Amino acid sequence: MDTNSTNTNADPVLAQALEWLGEGRRVALATVTRTWGSAPRRAGSHMAIADTGDFSGSVSGGCIEGAVIQTALEVIDSGVPRTLEFGVTNEMAWEVGLACGGRVHLFVEPITPGPLANPS
Amino acid sequence: MNADVLRGVVAAQVAGRDVVLATRLSDGAQELIAAGAPASELGLDGDAVATALRTGDPRTVDTRDGAVFLRPYIRPPRLIVVGAVHIAQALVPIAQIAGFEVTVLDPREGFATADRFPGAALVREWPDRVMDTLRPDDRTGFVALTHDPKIDDPALVAALRSGAFYIGALGSRKTQGARRERLGALGFTASDLDRIHGPVGLPIGARTPEEIAVAVLAQVIGALRL
Repeated sequence: MDTNSTNTNADPVLAQALEWLGEGRRVALATVTRTWGSAPRRAGSHMAIADTGDFSGSVSGGCIEGAVIQTALEVIDSGVPRTLEFGVTNEMAWEVGLACGGRVHLFVEPITPGPLANPS
Repeated sequence: MNADVLRGVVAAQVAGRDVVLATRLSDGAQELIAAGAPASELGLDGDAVATALRTGDPRTVDTRDGAVFLRPYIRPPRLIVVGAVHIAQALVPIAQIAGFEVTVLDPREGFATADRFPGAALVREWPDRVMDTLRPDDRTGFVALTHDPKIDDPALVAALRSGAFYIGALGSRKTQGARRERLGALGFTASDLDRIHGPVGLPIGARTPEEIAVAVLAQVIGALRL
């Protein structure tokens, strides 16, 4: 079979997170764990956030990304993962919510360099 | 998340291996589980892991130590396009953007070239020779676009004998009728042949090759998701 494939199947958001880690940046990963109603991004969607505030990917249609980045920066500093909830039933919805009326749960975790990753 | 876990996920994706990342939401404890391997550390039910791998749908399950989020990373859906024609030149890139792993199959000299299809797997062979190797499964869509029965028919025969989630074939209603007769003569029943979407694509009045490609991809996605 004569094939010429350059398909690469790595999730670009996860690949970006690895690239940032390789540059020595500190990184957090936010993941949609559950959705109700008309949430714009499915469960499993990722957003990677670097300590510089750069981010890749999305966890909504843009409504809550700013708040998630803020939490991610705190998680990078504390080293402790957090769960977040956004939606019309949440107090935060008045400031940061989903205009479409959906509800989402997120998990935001720091990515810690592996013990063998950088043997210096 | 330890960076080694993240590297493990990305390495599995690059290698085309299906894995599930299990995360306990209370403390972030994680386990990367390969397809077929027993889940252990987080007290997970093997059936829940198997379901996540089969469907690709993330879900949260309860364990005695709290809720655990299962995030499967499975191979992307495939699309096999028979006929490296003008419509294919539009269909292949939009299918790739939508996340499909695309293979273009055309035995004719000068059609399935890397210049015309950057980034796609190209197979310059007769379909009856290679469809067995490509092994369409229930996460594979199939579209025949050559208009030439010598190429399309053997490919459609192989697709009909597979579990492909979508089968489409270019051609007018008249062409479809003639095709049904030819394939029926090979022993396929009416309900077998009803699996073939033809005229191909959602009826949106598409006129150009590019518009037809959009109609076809929309129909493929509908077959995958609805």
